[in-house]
Amino acid sequence: MSKKKLDIWTTISFVILITYVLFLIYPMFNLVVESLVNKETQTLSFEYYQKFFQFPYYSNTLINSFKVTVAVTILTLLIGTPMAYFFNMYEIKGKSWLQILIIISSMSAPFIGAYSWILLLGRNGVFTNFFKSTFNIQIPDIYGFNGILMVLTLQLFPLIFLYINGAMKNVDNTLLEAAENLGYTGLRRFRTIVFPLILPTILAGSLLVFMRAFADFGTPMLIGEGYRTFPVLIFSEFIGEVTGDKGFAAAISIIAIGITTIFFLVQSYISNRKKFSMSALHPIEPKKISGIKNVLLHLYIYLVIGIAMLPQGYVIYTSFLNTKGMLFIEGYSLMSYTQAFDRLGNSIQNTFVIGGLSLIIIVLLAILIAYISVRRPNILTKFIDTLSMIPYIIPGSVLGISLLAAFLTPPLRLAGGVTIMVIALVIRRLPYTIRSSAAILQQISISIEEAAISLGASNLKTFFKITVPMMSAGVIAGAILSWTTIITELATGIILYTGRTKTLTIAIYTEVIRGNYGIAAALSTILTILTAGSLILFMKFSKNKDLSV
Amino acid sequence: MSVNINIKNAIKRYGENTILSGLSVNIKEGELFTLLGPSGCGKTTLLRMIAGFNSIEGGEFYFNDAVINQMSPSKRNIGMVFQNYAIFPHLTVRENVKFGLKNRKLTKEEMNQLTDEMLRTMQIEQYADRLPEKLSGGQQQRVALARAIVIKPDVLLMDEPLSNLDAKLRVEMRSVIRDIQRSVGITTVYVTHDQEEAMSISDRIAVMKDGFIQHIGTPKNIYQRPANTFVATFIGRSNMIKGQLKFNNQESILRIHNTEFKMTTLKKSVNQNQDVVVSIRPEEFYITDDSTQMKGEVLDYIFLGLNTHYTVKLESDELIEIVIESSIDSIIQPGTHIHLGLKLEKINVFTQDGKENLVTGVENDNVQEKA
Repeated sequence: MSKKKLDIWTTISFVILITYVLFLIYPMFNLVVESLVNKETQTLSFEYYQKFFQFPYYSNTLINSFKVTVAVTILTLLIGTPMAYFFNMYEIKGKSWLQILIIISSMSAPFIGAYSWILLLGRNGVFTNFFKSTFNIQIPDIYGFNGILMVLTLQLFPLIFLYINGAMKNVDNTLLEAAENLGYTGLRRFRTIVFPLILPTILAGSLLVFMRAFADFGTPMLIGEGYRTFPVLIFSEFIGEVTGDKGFAAAISIIAIGITTIFFLVQSYISNRKKFSMSALHPIEPKKISGIKNVLLHLYIYLVIGIAMLPQGYVIYTSFLNTKGMLFIEGYSLMSYTQAFDRLGNSIQNTFVIGGLSLIIIVLLAILIAYISVRRPNILTKFIDTLSMIPYIIPGSVLGISLLAAFLTPPLRLAGGVTIMVIALVIRRLPYTIRSSAAILQQISISIEEAAISLGASNLKTFFKITVPMMSAGVIAGAILSWTTIITELATGIILYTGRTKTLTIAIYTEVIRGNYGIAAALSTILTILTAGSLILFMKFSKNKDLSV
Repeated sequence: MSVNINIKNAIKRYGENTILSGLSVNIKEGELFTLLGPSGCGKTTLLRMIAGFNSIEGGEFYFNDAVINQMSPSKRNIGMVFQNYAIFPHLTVRENVKFGLKNRKLTKEEMNQLTDEMLRTMQIEQYADRLPEKLSGGQQQRVALARAIVIKPDVLLMDEPLSNLDAKLRVEMRSVIRDIQRSVGITTVYVTHDQEEAMSISDRIAVMKDGFIQHIGTPKNIYQRPANTFVATFIGRSNMIKGQLKFNNQESILRIHNTEFKMTTLKKSVNQNQDVVVSIRPEEFYITDDSTQMKGEVLDYIFLGLNTHYTVKLESDELIEIVIESSIDSIIQPGTHIHLGLKLEKINVFTQDGKENLVTGVENDNVQEKA
């Protein structure tokens, strides 16, 4: 009997599997163990879990997180859905610019919005003082629940917008015409036809918003004050010098994953039942409307986007103000920038090194995993596909904790280095890039590859000479989007960084905490320029101007 | 209730592009009227103007005596079948069919009864509770048709409804559409680029080119007496051969290369000697032993069972195609010299510019000014 030669793809599959076991399964397993083992007695115990549910001081964070996350998800849907619908149905002045603004605001780090809103509406905020001195009106407090809700809603509604905007592009105009022809117009048509058609996308978008809001760490940390959420608790329990308890933090992490898993499963269950394929032969053509409707439409869209852009704009403005210590003073200069470069110049360099390395690995792995799961479906690749989706439901801070705990000691001592930061970013961002690469791959007919193989090309040659080039436009566009999320990542980085590996986002965060608003503003502006620049690059690479997430 | 559709001087522009510049047509109550033409001729544009999905830049559209130019598409009481069916993917077959009924003042029972009847008529009741994506193209087509007719529209519009089906289903669905349309008696406007489909289904056909109607007539008249050379070549196959008309002593002579034919079908008004284009369909030739007839050399043949097609080179070096019923004898081999006779009553003679048929019997309902 001849020995069966191992297909190159089988080998690649195994290599990927081992990587996942080492950097995802092992740290997670480790985390579970830590949450179940009492440090002193080294015995199995549920005391950490008991402790969490016993004391409202801890368990309330769960309820807090829940309340704020559900409220954010609902609000973003209420703002983002009509906006995406209007964008596709009606002609809107300055549409492409507005779209760019929406994308930019979706790409900034939420905590930057939070700190900017504090500067605007906080106790000593510009608006607060203005209203108090001019009208003697006390603006409602933005700390706590309201503040988190506002910041996260303005930050995340663009995601809903982008998701639904993409779905609307797939709604065939003839469906709308058929409905109109049968007597359905306006809101009735939206309710009976458009809404059910985009429902799977609404669910997918909601889940993403839910996960982001639930896992967001920076915003509640800055603006939440007494309103403590889950990620804040995890962070303080893990990092805290005195109260810190790693086993307890591990237990809370496991609870967090449990919750996100439930939501993920519920969402997939519902959307699988509501799923159907759509592709638009005739996309919807935006119509002109006039009169009061048109005015209200523009008012709504410009107002929402204006408010969403306000914190970004204000941060950029303050970056040019003179500072004295922690205060902004009269006059403009580049003072903040020179200070920022003097003290934290290497954070920019770190961002490029760590982000760039991560991006290369992400793209490479994403293409390979997408390929094996789409083109070589078998038990092994299906398992890898499932594994690759796990990080989707792991909050960033939890991933950070698990990696740090797993690689703190030899044989694999990675903590504190660049490697662990790269690994974290790769694992976190990979699910999204795999999904988009797989979607591109599904659109490429397999017969093109079969043609290459029938002409004598090997598997690998076909892959690199035929498949990869055909995927490249989409993959590059996806990679640029990944880049923007990589450079604004905070939750994992804040746990894993050391002085040597501080990135831009982390630098901004630490400067904000220290009260160095000038430097923070300068660094934020640099970050915004980086994201906007990446976006322009994205537009060049992707043929259509529309961004699909 | 069915209506008569009268369109007067319809104008359609997209920016600088004028698609239709003053098109007029009258579609009779209860007939199946087909707009036939190559892509880009404006047929779908006209259909969508009737439906209300395209704006009307000029002219009037009447349903009976009512101008509908400004009426919203949802109020025109039109049933429409789209090229891609436009079946709502999130609704079952039954819900799709029932969808339009929900806007009529009907009780639940009436709605269900009408829906069930329609599902039965279209033979899709066994799929009633499935989602459309599980259906084949032909079944989806039936759903689309059922959904359009169940609301008892005044007008049924069909935009290339069969173009996404395979050849066999296409033929089957033709008769389904024809039967349904006849039994409901609804004024129907049907758009297609497939001339065979148009011939088999229509009461009358309007042949369109570049935004102008070339010929409106019955399938028979359009085929046998096309108004111009475009219609002659677009409908069926025609050999276009150069010829001359000569008139002497009450006799009209058609001369093709060296052969002369006595014509009896020309219009009375035609009495000038002139160069003409003769349109002869492949089946309007016959092979003869008469050596005074046209000479030709067989270059190639295709045996298609019922008929055999020959490619023949005439003395004038023009290549023509002829169709002869296959005989049990051997096929005429390439290289053979033959003589060809013409079924003179059938052939058509056009002016040299191809714009006018000089033979009597053209029935063109086109009221439009000549382009």
